[in-house]
Amino acid sequence: MVLKQLKNHPALRLLEWWLLFLAALLPLAWISWQAWSFALGADPAKEITDYLGQWALYLLWGSLAITPLRQALGWTRLQRFRRMIGLYALFYATAHLLAFGTFIIGWRWDLLQTALTERTYIIVGALALLLLIPLGITSTKGWQRRLKKRWTQLHQLVYPISLLVLLHVVWLIRDSYFDAFLYGSLLGWMLGYRVWRRLQRRLRRSASLSS
Amino acid sequence: MLIKKPDLIRPSEITPQSAYLNRRQFMQGLAGTAAFAASASALALPVPQFDKGLPVYTGPDWLQQQLRAGVSNKALSTDEKIAPYQHAIRHNNFYEFGTGKGDPAKNAQDFITDPWSVQVSGEVNRPGTIGLEDLIKPHQLEERIVRLRCVEAWSMVLPFVGVSLATLLKQFEPTSKAKYVEFTTLNDPKQMPGQRSVFSSLDWPYVEALRMDEAMHPLAFMAVGMYGNALPPQNGAPLRLVLPWKYGFKWVKSIVGIRFTENMPATTWNKMAAQEYGFFANVNPAVSHPRWSQATERRLPSSLFRPNIIDTQPFNGYGDEVAHLYSDMDLKKWF
Repeated sequence: MVLKQLKNHPALRLLEWWLLFLAALLPLAWISWQAWSFALGADPAKEITDYLGQWALYLLWGSLAITPLRQALGWTRLQRFRRMIGLYALFYATAHLLAFGTFIIGWRWDLLQTALTERTYIIVGALALLLLIPLGITSTKGWQRRLKKRWTQLHQLVYPISLLVLLHVVWLIRDSYFDAFLYGSLLGWMLGYRVWRRLQRRLRRSASLSS
Repeated sequence: MLIKKPDLIRPSEITPQSAYLNRRQFMQGLAGTAAFAASASALALPVPQFDKGLPVYTGPDWLQQQLRAGVSNKALSTDEKIAPYQHAIRHNNFYEFGTGKGDPAKNAQDFITDPWSVQVSGEVNRPGTIGLEDLIKPHQLEERIVRLRCVEAWSMVLPFVGVSLATLLKQFEPTSKAKYVEFTTLNDPKQMPGQRSVFSSLDWPYVEALRMDEAMHPLAFMAVGMYGNALPPQNGAPLRLVLPWKYGFKWVKSIVGIRFTENMPATTWNKMAAQEYGFFANVNPAVSHPRWSQATERRLPSSLFRPNIIDTQPFNGYGDEVAHLYSDMDLKKWF
């Protein structure tokens, strides 16, 4: 009883929020420090860009893991961090794009243009980021109230977005399928779980109707 | 057809004047090759000096002696800025040791490159297995500073030490049936973790090949060293190809097999994705890879905020020397 009160103490909840908020900035701090101290080897541009993209993926996958973890394992405490994790995914995806534009192509518009018209992996990646932006903007409580049922529909865009991100990763492969296998199976599990839940619910509903 | 009609000559094939002048230098360079022995002592390679803490690869004694007697081939060298040693030994595509750029430097340090032998087979009068020392000993080593252009659209300038490939291959006496020559990397999953990976889509061993006229071209080079020392294992010790006008994946590393064939051999990257990696793999800004535009390249190392982006040249800037090898071919088809 006392423990439960303590666990829900506003100060603890605030502390948790701040800890996560700062922890999610650590990858950015780490890679900046590495770049600053010339520890990234011959091609820091590529290292930074890849690293930021990877963290965008981890966080997007993380935001998608919260619902199954809550429903299947009862980890309800994570729920209130879903928005922050999703926003951080958008943050790192944007940083990934900025790193690509600045460090890889030096904002040469001719290079950007060929990248966005000819490189299929870049096209799907850019599309994923573009679709993530309205989700970030409408992530506030105000927009949630305003959009009502539409809000859920809009935010289900995260499923096709995650598939675009996976495609972005798969099309980047030169030799090793390990990353694609890892991220693909995690995503398959998280999306498969949702489909399965929905089917169960539908079955239960039709069973209760017929009885 | 030997003589081309003028309308068949693409503008990209017409030699710019600056390059034409370079060709004269190049021809002088070939004349210089013959005069090596005479001037060797004057041009001998200095003992290399590296920053403290960086690994140094001296190689076996016989090789070190030969390296010190090596000469610099200025005529076949670029005067562009050489990549810093620490980057050249830590930025490697050598998938046998992992797919990350830093993996080979991490995983190849215990790779055994001495003793080493090469198996010569196929359309030759003198097939057989030859030890590395016997293969290299008879030749004067020379240093060439060349541009390495990776298919991933980055490039580096590197100083390799070795022997002209033609000189090396002629000693096996290829027969008239030899139209191609194939090079094979060591297949040893015990030493090469990348070959144990179940997620790899490449067939081991690594095989790439050249047409005979390409292999016999003076620019084709077999390296045993770089930066004045032996090749580091992560850079393909003890024996690797240097083909400055071709993408880096043709520069086969840690070679154990040389086979002369009548038909075009199946090559590793071409087998995996023929639409992405051609047999010839000549550097060509006009033919893009699905993942990389080849029109430009990032010369490494490069400043972060002002990336060193340069226009990629046909045949990596060696067009005057090698373009004639492909004069009757559609380079968009035979990429």
